[in-house]
Amino acid sequence: MLGLGVDRLQADINRLLTSLFHQGVLDEQFLQLQQLQDETSPTFVYDVINIYFDESEKLLRSLRLLLMDREFSDYKKIGLHLNQLVGSSSSIGARRVRNVCVAFRSASELNNRPGCLRGLEIVEHEYHYLKNMMHELFQLEQQRLLAAGVRYPM
Amino acid sequence: MATTSTGDIEKTKSVEVKKKLNVLIVDDDPVIRKLHEIIIKSIGGISQTAKNGEEAVNIHRDGNASFDLILMDKEMPERDGLSATKKLREMKVTSMIIGVTTLADNEEERKAFMEAGLNHCLAKPLSKAKILPLINNLMDA
Repeated sequence: MLGLGVDRLQADINRLLTSLFHQGVLDEQFLQLQQLQDETSPTFVYDVINIYFDESEKLLRSLRLLLMDREFSDYKKIGLHLNQLVGSSSSIGARRVRNVCVAFRSASELNNRPGCLRGLEIVEHEYHYLKNMMHELFQLEQQRLLAAGVRYPM
Repeated sequence: MATTSTGDIEKTKSVEVKKKLNVLIVDDDPVIRKLHEIIIKSIGGISQTAKNGEEAVNIHRDGNASFDLILMDKEMPERDGLSATKKLREMKVTSMIIGVTTLADNEEERKAFMEAGLNHCLAKPLSKAKILPLINNLMDA
């Protein structure tokens, strides 16, 4: 019975991952992260993704504050924040977030404020979708580990 | 077994000397630092991190730092990778320095970074496959 539960959960995880790859939400860099996780670093993927969430949310808040300011003109700062978001999104395999950040950055390079505001909305939307999907993935993984009788500190 | 200050482990005469790769990871992004730490760990190395080029330079100021390899991000606050690399070479730091750039960096920017004193330049995201050939060359040397 336990075995069937584990198998079903693994199938759910595989289905979710396949869907995320198919949608272009994730790319092969995410597989690299999974391959780096082993018994010496059993929660590596969870840890690095959570660091990504913390840092990304700080950057997105900062971007929103900058753009909401009526006197705003610091496009260079927008560019620096976006460079960081592009870099960290690439590093965890968050392809769609990375791509919309690149588009947003193009608007900032043209000092296009309406384009930047639109870019920010799109990045926020993609980021929150990714975050929801990752939470679902981690919940399934946690259930699978519990079903298999494995305990890791979370 | 005796352990030297650089972490070399000397065993008895019948066994070869075994050295752990000692790496300094310099990046302002904690996601990248975490990823690079795990990559280095996965190939049997140990690492220390610095949040920017100024921290990396400060680690070397007392002359006791001894890294086989420095992974140096290009864009960082306080002191960027180019400036940090130049400074480290002025300080006679002989570690292999691999510059880590992004796709946004153009050819001219990468060339300037190399000329600051890098041994190699790689684009993010780093992976074991990208870094291992360079490290194998370093360990063979």
